[in-house]
Amino acid sequence: MPKLTIDGQEIVVENGMTVLQACEQAGVEIPRFCYHERLSVAGNCRMCLVEMERSPKPVASCAMPAGEGMVIRTDTPLVKKARKGVMEFLLINHPLDCPICDQGGECDLQDQAMAYGFDRSRFEENKRAVKEKYMGPLIKTIMTRCIHCTRCVRFATEIAGVEEIGALGRGEHLEISTLEHAVNSELSGNLVDVCPVGALTSRPYAFTARPWELRKTYSVDVLDAVGANIRVDTRGREVMRVLPRLHEDVNEDWLADKSRYACDGLSRQRLDRPYLRRGGKLQEASWDEAFGATRARLDGLSGDKIAALAGDQCDAESMLALKDLMAGLKSPNLDCRQDGAKLDPSQRAGYLFNTGIAGIEEADAILLVATNPRWEAPLINARIRKRFLLGGLKVGAIGVPKDLSYPVAQLGTGPQDLAELAAGKGDFAKILSAAERPMIVLGMAGLTRADGAAVLALARQVAEKFKMVREGWNGFNVLHTAAARVAGLDLGFVPGPGGRDTVGILDGAAKGDIEVLYLLGADEIDMSRLGDKAFVIYQGHHGDAGAHRADVILPGAAYTEKNGTYTNTEGRVQLGRLAAFPPGEAREDWTILRALSEVTGTPLPYDNLGELRQRLVAVNPVFAALDTRTPAAWGAFGAAGKGDAAPFGETVGNYYMTDPISRSSETMAKCSAELGLGPQAQATGTHG
Amino acid sequence: MKITSYRRDPAKEFSFTPENAIKAKAFIARYPEGRQASAVISLLYLAQAQNGGWVSPAAVEHVAEVLDMAPIRVHEVSTFYTMFNLKPAGKHLIQVCRTTPCWLRGAAELTRACQEKLGVGFKEVTGDGEFSIMEVECLGACANAPMVQINDDYYEDLTPERLCEIIDDLRAGKEVPIGPQSGRTCSAPEGGPATLKDVPDPAGKGA
Repeated sequence: MPKLTIDGQEIVVENGMTVLQACEQAGVEIPRFCYHERLSVAGNCRMCLVEMERSPKPVASCAMPAGEGMVIRTDTPLVKKARKGVMEFLLINHPLDCPICDQGGECDLQDQAMAYGFDRSRFEENKRAVKEKYMGPLIKTIMTRCIHCTRCVRFATEIAGVEEIGALGRGEHLEISTLEHAVNSELSGNLVDVCPVGALTSRPYAFTARPWELRKTYSVDVLDAVGANIRVDTRGREVMRVLPRLHEDVNEDWLADKSRYACDGLSRQRLDRPYLRRGGKLQEASWDEAFGATRARLDGLSGDKIAALAGDQCDAESMLALKDLMAGLKSPNLDCRQDGAKLDPSQRAGYLFNTGIAGIEEADAILLVATNPRWEAPLINARIRKRFLLGGLKVGAIGVPKDLSYPVAQLGTGPQDLAELAAGKGDFAKILSAAERPMIVLGMAGLTRADGAAVLALARQVAEKFKMVREGWNGFNVLHTAAARVAGLDLGFVPGPGGRDTVGILDGAAKGDIEVLYLLGADEIDMSRLGDKAFVIYQGHHGDAGAHRADVILPGAAYTEKNGTYTNTEGRVQLGRLAAFPPGEAREDWTILRALSEVTGTPLPYDNLGELRQRLVAVNPVFAALDTRTPAAWGAFGAAGKGDAAPFGETVGNYYMTDPISRSSETMAKCSAELGLGPQAQATGTHG
Repeated sequence: MKITSYRRDPAKEFSFTPENAIKAKAFIARYPEGRQASAVISLLYLAQAQNGGWVSPAAVEHVAEVLDMAPIRVHEVSTFYTMFNLKPAGKHLIQVCRTTPCWLRGAAELTRACQEKLGVGFKEVTGDGEFSIMEVECLGACANAPMVQINDDYYEDLTPERLCEIIDDLRAGKEVPIGPQSGRTCSAPEGGPATLKDVPDPAGKGA
């Protein structure tokens, strides 16, 4: 624990910290470009120079380890002159095009030039110009602006795990480049964030808004089940962009591309008024007409002929309101597992990512079963890669072989391989038994099969056999792909006694046993299996599969347009916030259900969000603890069985198109055309 | 504007010949296990020699594959060092030294003479694929300025006329003596020694 003096202030820092980090701890600001706390130290921009006693020249604080008894000064004329000099050099080849630069207003170079730079340039030669590089449909490059901090090179190599960006040439001719193809990573959008200047900017956002005219709302992402913390930037009613927000335990500084760039889908294909099917065609209607038609159909119908399915992006409040509405209608037929995953709602530990996302960093052996974390949850994959880079991690996988950006031992493809592992056969069994913190990650591809319950039981067997659940450690993890799933299971949006699950509901609808089906944002079911007899009420925000089949459409709000509670795959309860109002006559989802309950004569007992949230906490106390993972007790789940021989499939066929929002997004369509199958491409002919 | 282009021509394949593959293995064996990437410069040089004097994108990718590196990492190295040619070069690559001593002794005239003779500019290849010219910084033969390097050999104490003759001889496939073209030995003084001519008196009397 070295003790050093910074600007006359004595401070004790942890071993291994750098002078720059010590200065930050002491509350002294050090300007920097190349240094980024989550990337390796490059030390090439020289902006962080400070004066150190007994050193003949200023030292780069980002690369200098803090040592006992160091005396650092950051406010001397020497330091000021050094910063001015460095700044002048950095600006030699930097075009002064801030007025037409998208980074303007949120540019490190601009800010630091103002704070530490010289007020004029003495450079009178021609500035160099650099040809634009192509980095794909998401990243716009203006390479003349590049100051060669190499943050992007380090990000691509270290965090994203795709060695596709490099620094070519040298000296005056140095250029950051790819090998002239798109950067093939699901985390490429973060390159825009790490770039301290306007060299890499967001292509879809180009020239659309200035940072100071945007309203910023802190919210939570729902396009996968990670629950990344985001900031939604809106202008008027339109979501202009989505940026990551720091959360050490969930997404750190990063955000996956789909979560960041699918936001243009929020203004396309929207349901902005109720629709009613008249004479086989969907026609615009008023709320009263839509409710009237629904009521006419529900009147006198017994509860077992009514069913409800909740989709992947629903907030907990609307699911609870629908659950209560169904209870009022005396229907036990409801399910939030629209993909038919055989999860056991009675055992919370059996459907959570129990280790927690941050817990991955403690694991020393990871078994991936029927999952492709790179596409199902890119940020969780980045955590595994981060853990891999720390050294000593062994990863084994059962399922479709994929390039996950770290070495993986392929152990098999189907349930029988999992059974063999559970029996302790193979080399990886030895690794798992020897591991101190072993974990298993079970993907949805294993659970949505007919034998999903058997796969779940096998996974539990493996977890118990290798003592993955031990004091202070629960290594059993389920990786969800639906943001609504854990909350749905937590609040019991599952079949009641004698009720039908998703498969039962679909079959019932086809046979005519289910006469009214309520789809709350459920688009991922096979609509053709519903047949044409059932009366389908679709409540949601996009004109996707569900809306096409619907007889009544009730327009709801997308995740940026409502205050809602979401629980991520690790069981962390987080609040999404309203950033813009829903379009047209669309309303927040729980209010639609509240109004409908009045029409059906079973009024819900809450009149505002506060009361609804109290009811939520009463149903399951975990919802009271915001931003907390409530640990779950271990129990028995799954159903014993051998599982059939078929290999595990894939949950996500095309990373860029998985839900109504991303399917409506032009940007995602471009990505999908160019990168959709990505480096992991396996031409199976079944990709979306 | 410098353009670091990387145009991969799918029709062009590259892989080491069996002899070069053995050499490559020997280069890799010089480094500890797992540090095979250290051999990247040697392998690129080998690939350049095999590929007719330049490192093609296909060669970069082959070297990357042999060394288990990302192609961009190999390309970073190949663009950093000026001795790797990223464009096709002639069978005889003339590198004219243009640093101060050579320049003072007439490097500019050498350049002009061979450019006029061959009718090509820098980094261009003559129509018959025989020659290309490159300007380089000091090759370390200042005592014999001006000089050029053609492929692996130095031709020193040049005049524009002599350089043109050398080009003609090379084109005709004739043997050309390497080293100083003025008749002197290495960098010994022209016209014999000018100092230390006296044989020292063994007894030390004349001192």
